[in-house]
Amino acid sequence: MVWQKTLQVILFLVLAPFAGGLLSGLDRKVTARFQGRQGPPLLQPFYDLAKLFRKQSLVVNKLQTFLVGGYFVFSVFTGCLFFAGGDLLLAFFAMTLGEVFFIMAACSANSPFSAMGTQRELLQIMCSEPMLLLAAIGFYKVTGSFMVDEIVGTRVSPVAYLPGMFLGFLFILTIKLRKSPFDLSTSHHAHQEMVKGTTTDLTGNVYALIELAEWYEEVLLMGYIALFVINREWWSIPLAVLVCLLCYFFEILVDNVFPRVKWDKMFRSAWLVTLVFGGVNLLVLLCVRLIH
Amino acid sequence: MGVVAFLIFFPFLAAVILSRMKKQSRARDGVVAASCILIVAAVIGLTVKFLSGGTSHSYLIETPVWNAAILFGEVFLMGVVFYFGIRYKKYYVLLLSAAGTLPIVWLELSGRGIEGRPHITVDNLTIIMCLIVGVVGSLICLYAIGYMKDYHRHHTEYRDRSSFFLSMLFVFLGGMFGLVFSENLSWMFFFWEITTLCSFLLIGYNQSEISIRNSFRALWMNLLGGVGFSLAIVYSTLTLHAANIQDLVGFGTKGAAGVFVLVPVTLLAFAALTKSAQLPFSGWLLGAMVAPTPTSALLHSATMVKAGVYLLIRLSPLFCGNAAGTMVTVVGGFTFFATSLLAISQSDGKKVLAYSTISNLGLITACAGVGRYEAAWAAILLMIFHAVAKSLMFLSVGAVENSTGSRNIEDMHGLIVRLPKLAFVMIIGIFGMFLAPFGMLIAKWAALKSFVDSNSFLLILFLAFGSGSTMFYWSKWLGKLISVSHGSKRHPDTVHKGEWVSMGTLAGLVVVLCVLFPVISSGLVRPILMRMFHTAAVSVISSGDIPIMLLMLCMIVVLPVTARLLTFGKQNKPSLAYMAGVNEGDDRTFVDSFGQKKEMYLANWYFEDIFGEKKLLKPSLALASAVIVILMTVAIGGAF
Amino acid sequence: MKMSQSPWLLHYDGSSCNGCDIEVLATTTPVYNLERFGVINTGNPKHADIFLITGGINSQNAPVVKQIYDQIPDPKVVVAVGICACDGGIFKECYNILGGVDKVIPVDIYVPGCAARPEAIIDGVQKAVVLLDKKRQQMDAAVRPAAGRA
Repeated sequence: MVWQKTLQVILFLVLAPFAGGLLSGLDRKVTARFQGRQGPPLLQPFYDLAKLFRKQSLVVNKLQTFLVGGYFVFSVFTGCLFFAGGDLLLAFFAMTLGEVFFIMAACSANSPFSAMGTQRELLQIMCSEPMLLLAAIGFYKVTGSFMVDEIVGTRVSPVAYLPGMFLGFLFILTIKLRKSPFDLSTSHHAHQEMVKGTTTDLTGNVYALIELAEWYEEVLLMGYIALFVINREWWSIPLAVLVCLLCYFFEILVDNVFPRVKWDKMFRSAWLVTLVFGGVNLLVLLCVRLIH
Repeated sequence: MGVVAFLIFFPFLAAVILSRMKKQSRARDGVVAASCILIVAAVIGLTVKFLSGGTSHSYLIETPVWNAAILFGEVFLMGVVFYFGIRYKKYYVLLLSAAGTLPIVWLELSGRGIEGRPHITVDNLTIIMCLIVGVVGSLICLYAIGYMKDYHRHHTEYRDRSSFFLSMLFVFLGGMFGLVFSENLSWMFFFWEITTLCSFLLIGYNQSEISIRNSFRALWMNLLGGVGFSLAIVYSTLTLHAANIQDLVGFGTKGAAGVFVLVPVTLLAFAALTKSAQLPFSGWLLGAMVAPTPTSALLHSATMVKAGVYLLIRLSPLFCGNAAGTMVTVVGGFTFFATSLLAISQSDGKKVLAYSTISNLGLITACAGVGRYEAAWAAILLMIFHAVAKSLMFLSVGAVENSTGSRNIEDMHGLIVRLPKLAFVMIIGIFGMFLAPFGMLIAKWAALKSFVDSNSFLLILFLAFGSGSTMFYWSKWLGKLISVSHGSKRHPDTVHKGEWVSMGTLAGLVVVLCVLFPVISSGLVRPILMRMFHTAAVSVISSGDIPIMLLMLCMIVVLPVTARLLTFGKQNKPSLAYMAGVNEGDDRTFVDSFGQKKEMYLANWYFEDIFGEKKLLKPSLALASAVIVILMTVAIGGAF
Repeated sequence: MKMSQSPWLLHYDGSSCNGCDIEVLATTTPVYNLERFGVINTGNPKHADIFLITGGINSQNAPVVKQIYDQIPDPKVVVAVGICACDGGIFKECYNILGGVDKVIPVDIYVPGCAARPEAIIDGVQKAVVLLDKKRQQMDAAVRPAAGRA
């Protein structure tokens, strides 16, 4: 049991960066094709990362490296917890801890661009957090457990009971993956009005850590999506991968179709969607369970 | 029994001595410090004795003399309220005070009072409360010695009545101990009124116009709760022949008397809601922030507001699945959510703390109102962790205010450079308030689980959305503290030694409690809950998760080292923050379009137009009042 | 993997007439498609490898260019695009123009033209990329003997 979990963690640690990097590469390729361009090579994100690690690091203060380290460690830790079949809520809390480290790192730079990015980033977290929690609660209500390894052993895919949660999660995914219209705090595309927002003052290998952590996070989010689909049958796993890829493609499409919105629109829409899709789904779930 | 008597009487004795002493004297400092040490020693002694003994004890079954003394005390308190009410021409408090006290007096004098039941009880919950009141309260008193000196140096416009202030703090501690130990409702009511009166006097300490206004607001709200309390006593004595919390709980909600129990329980819950500053009554706690910081810390984070939730936890088994429980959970949950939104719009450090206190108390209230084992577990742990972390926050904000002259969060920009030690302590406090693996979060987690298990849809939503906004207002404060602006000078550290002792101890407690919580849970919390709810022990947080959380704690501690390793071997070159190429060299000024130096100012977001008090406060007050009125009517009306 | 596979560039408009700037942006359009080489037009010196300047230097932007240059982490390459950036061009004699970019920071690649053609700009970036690898090697070489002595 312990060996199996250790293996899962090691596999995640090793494979997730490749998966995340490939997803990012795919993103750039597909986006370029949407825009009628050829786009960079599929492996471009890996080239970028390798370069960043070989650049000189300019730091604005001594704290920053430590704080970015905290973000990296806890993002990876969250993923490990999730893929080792751990508690969904604990994973969620670990993720929040990592995010707070990230916010602190950006704030410590004391530059106008990262300061503004931080406030937006905070708002983004505030927008997405309720839905993430509700989704975890939804899994619990359907499968009777918060543990990932017990959720995947369910008879029927949870999405059958959680269609609203799934849609709500998809909405939040746009915020979490920093895709337009919700790429307020920092953007993958050049020329945002705030330079690079939260990551403006991070350079070289420090910035590379952020990129790497984002890849881990991307895989984690895909894991969440997969959790909606996987059940005890073997075919659910390829199906889950397919659903993940479709969702990712959907996010790229959204990214290319919508312009960036203002923060208040994001806030109102995110909480409304959470309340309507997540809330109603939960209410139905609670009512049905009460009758049983 | 000796220790219990000591804990109740000694603070009053210390208060009398202190009120007779010269202000700003060494001897006075010594007396305060010595009394604090004695109280802490007594509390720890009691805990050790209790834990080695193991079971709960009840004392004082036949006590005509004490009853008379308490009766006299209640009339005396009423007299004090009358005096202030007439002096400041606030006649409505006279009415409220009389309405609260006279029924009890009538009950006792007409011989209808119930005798033969224990008046004092020591059990696990009392011990927990004692530890909170004794340890945290004493640390706050210790802090007050140094704080009051600086306070009067900065605020020369107020008369120095610090001896009175310190003695009131001790009266307050005595009142709290009495309240916690009381098993008999009329005794508890007496101590309940002592804390009300103390908070009134402490809030009005400055005697400025605003503090007098706020102190009367606190007085009438708490007296209103007191009226509810005394009505509950009268009703339960006359119809149920019970004047004892345990007897009340013993009735349960099933059975013949069960329905009638709901009447006093609802009234007591109402009293508890006022004491814990739940939403329609949140005003008094916010207004109380005009008082010197030890007041805020002592009354409004660690002890007094905990009296309300303490009562609710005692009554918790009675709340399961009835209108009274619904009232408590809905009001609590709504308060948690609404005040966490309101906290976003505040920039005054103490006001944020006040809102966050109300918010957390709302969560505790909601947990107590669920009336289930896991929820009560969460409520008790929340109470412990909140007392420690929040008083640390209050004390450090007070220390910052004394050092820099401002308690505005905007002015705490870059505190990590200007006052590194205080900033560090504050960061620990904030981490303790909302982040894994620290205490508050563990308890919140348990709360969430119990809400989910009890299918409380509203509570789940309140918690899900409220935790998002809680994260927002704490993180942005954290961001302000940690901004490193180059070239800022260190502030002279004017924090007194005593203040450091209390802040250091509290900061240590925040971290240590995070490791010790399984011990506290199994040693103190679980036994009492098993007795209260008549269930077998359930582990609320699964045992597999605890090592993971400890691992997280270790990770935070060793992170500085890891960070070094992760950014292996690179020579990090210092550089300026990016300001579009016009940074003037210190990250704080830039060249504007006229070629002149301009100061840069980075402000946090406050969303005044969405979450501001102007926008949200009135609707939330109205909503909460409506909920209380309707559900109280339903709960009490349902009994007949 | 070489540095040259991921050149991120920072585009700065000195006192250009915007002619060259339009051409720089044209290189990122589908027709010229600079991104196929992995180029990202980042707006942030701290993430940039190539500093691409159009237009000459005047007394007002001289300190800005210097500061931005300082904020680009090593190894870095400066490309002067257009004749104004190369030596001041048509504005050279103006009272406020100091001259080309090389008056304030060292320039590695000069891309002439008024306005510089997109093909020329891409060519300049390609040359810059090669230089980037070379500079990285020099940095490694400078570190290694020092480490060897220690």
